[in-house]
Amino acid sequence: MAPGTGKTVALFATCINDTMFPGTPIAVVKVLERLGCKVVFPKDQTCCGQMLTNTGYFKETVPIVKNYVKAFGDYDYIVGPSGSCIGAVRHQHPMLAERAGDQGLKAASEEVVKKTYDFTEFLVDVLGVTDVGAYFPHRVTYHPTCHSVRVAHVGDRPYQLLKAVRGIDIAELPDADQCCGFGGTFSVKNPDMSVAMGSDKARNVKSTGAEYIVTGDNACLMHITGIMHRMKAGVKPIHLAEILAHTEGDAA
Amino acid sequence: MTVTESRPRLTPAPPSGTYLGMPAFPKAVKAALDNQQLRKNLHHATSVIRAKRATRASEVRNWEELRVAGEEIKNRVGRHLDQYLVQAEKAMTDAGITVHWARDAEEANRIVIDLVKSKNTPEVVKIKSMVTQEIDLNEALEEAGVAAWETDLAELIVQLGHDRPSHILVPAIHRNRSEVREIFLEEMKQWGTPAPEGISDNPPELAGAARTHLREKFLRSKVAVSGGNFIVAETGSLVIVESEGNGRMCLTLPETLISVVGIEKIVPTFEDLEVFLRLLPRSSTGERMNPYTSIWTGVTPGDGPQDLHVVLVDNGRSNVLKDPVGREALRCIRCSACMNVCPVYERAGGHSYGSVYPGPIGAILTPQLRGMASAVDKSLPFASSLCGACNEVCPVKIPIADILVHMRNKAVEKKREHHPTVESLIFKVVAWIFAKGRNLAFIQRFSKLAGKLFKKRSHFGPLPWPASGWSNARDLPVPPKQTFRDWWQEREEASK
Ligand code: SF4
Repeated sequence: MAPGTGKTVALFATCINDTMFPGTPIAVVKVLERLGCKVVFPKDQTCCGQMLTNTGYFKETVPIVKNYVKAFGDYDYIVGPSGSCIGAVRHQHPMLAERAGDQGLKAASEEVVKKTYDFTEFLVDVLGVTDVGAYFPHRVTYHPTCHSVRVAHVGDRPYQLLKAVRGIDIAELPDADQCCGFGGTFSVKNPDMSVAMGSDKARNVKSTGAEYIVTGDNACLMHITGIMHRMKAGVKPIHLAEILAHTEGDAA
Repeated sequence: MTVTESRPRLTPAPPSGTYLGMPAFPKAVKAALDNQQLRKNLHHATSVIRAKRATRASEVRNWEELRVAGEEIKNRVGRHLDQYLVQAEKAMTDAGITVHWARDAEEANRIVIDLVKSKNTPEVVKIKSMVTQEIDLNEALEEAGVAAWETDLAELIVQLGHDRPSHILVPAIHRNRSEVREIFLEEMKQWGTPAPEGISDNPPELAGAARTHLREKFLRSKVAVSGGNFIVAETGSLVIVESEGNGRMCLTLPETLISVVGIEKIVPTFEDLEVFLRLLPRSSTGERMNPYTSIWTGVTPGDGPQDLHVVLVDNGRSNVLKDPVGREALRCIRCSACMNVCPVYERAGGHSYGSVYPGPIGAILTPQLRGMASAVDKSLPFASSLCGACNEVCPVKIPIADILVHMRNKAVEKKREHHPTVESLIFKVVAWIFAKGRNLAFIQRFSKLAGKLFKKRSHFGPLPWPASGWSNARDLPVPPKQTFRDWWQEREEASK
């Protein structure tokens, strides 16, 4: 399908990707456009607010919930490359509005939440594709981040997408279902525990012999590779979307 | 609680200090994280039991329906607790049980002590029970001149080891068998039948030593103290599930049985009980059925204890019930699945939680029962990466991660009740940044500046406070010179 002729997608880049890892939302744009979608980036957008919510600052998160509704309310498909942020929007926004006693916001939030998808869900469920035409001739291992699995419930969609990538060599990650220990502000409130969990994850990643550690959440990835980079482990981080964006034309 | 120093102790002394005096969780875990033996013991034990639970749960075709049933029955109990308690009291009384009510730990302990004293006995045998640990009954009895003997194997190891339990199902999970052997050799002789000389660390030999050591106590004791897994309101029946048979000894041999039970342990009917008798063993020990299930309904003349008492304990539970979010924790049937699956528990061990209830359930229940005044109670809701593994295994579907977040909110609001905290000011700024796209874009100027200044490197190494919390052990990527927002803008302008 020619770019721009298919569905219109509002990209929720997420604050951390927008600021720290722009390569990931750029990859999402590339993949979606390749599949014929028209991508828009509502500039009002910021963040899902989970850093505040999950640290206990409910009141402070309400303006963020409002802003999300304002930025995305008009779109049918809101897509973001983070199971964690998408999970937070869907699972927490209406609750926060309710706690604030704002029934109007709750109703509005419930509407917009229904149209919010993780990138992998949008590809597999809405567009109905698993082969997105990607080529990535490398050995990788995938860490299914906790919130993508247990809050956003993306299931095995990331694997379906990865398996369809040409040239890829997927190494199974031992104890894949174990948390990496990032946990948002947990990583600094309980740094010793967070690092203990992360170093076990890093050891498992290293044991696979993979060149790349892949996740659908750059925050977890920043934690895991923060440890691995300190260890000089030689394993590179990459977001799933960036693998999917990679084609034969790109330098391998 | 301190015992007057003039009198030698009747039972092995637990470690000094109280749970409430323990350090906050992040501090408490340091020692545990450095203890390789502990981490090995816990990793091994929790991995084995985790796998067993998963297998046993997956065998049940309608496992998810069972969980929902468990959730709904317990919710109903919570909604009508007043009525069910009165119904249970009447049924128990009619069956010949004397029912006592205790508002808090002190009242509960006083009731038990008075009952034991009236029997003129210097000691009691005990079945493993969480609520009696919660109220610190053993030490209250010790102070009153009564020796309370734990008869569950792991509880015995803990008691003889002058230790505290570190798990609600396997209280000595932090000990390995050579440590158990040493404890038995050293301590058994001081408190009763000694361990056989030359005993090895072979588990059957150790269990044999415990059996012999306990036997004389079972045969001698006139009074037993138990907890209770369930009370069936319609019939007034008490239910205890166990694995070792020590419970059955306590429930049948002594003349008097005192059961201390939390008020949330009610199930309305026998039919409801069925749901929990299926959920509990598979979730806790990973067995299809636990080896011993004891159910008794009042006194049977000439058979078993002839004097039965039940002490119904509140100790903070009605307060928990007042909180529509937090109250879901009262559904807990103490199976321990949440801690067995918890990556934080696996590395922290139970003692770091400063509570008889460790792990995820401890992190949500303890600060609700005790309040959040102490350093450790304030830190417990934050003792989780919110990975949510516990939610998935809980047989009564307690949304543990959501309650953790709820408790964090309570902790935050309490801390800034009178004046703002530094953290709350930081989060005000964060909230401002994320309230509008243009605020975020403004702040990104600084990240881009950092990206330009440090363009030669990919990561930051160790940084000074406040970044040290992150960077002591983790490198931090240098921010990019261009944000996504800018990239998009540039692309849009180029296409015009
Ligand atoms: S919270 Fe759930 S999983 Fe944890 S001990 Fe209680 S019933 Fe079991």
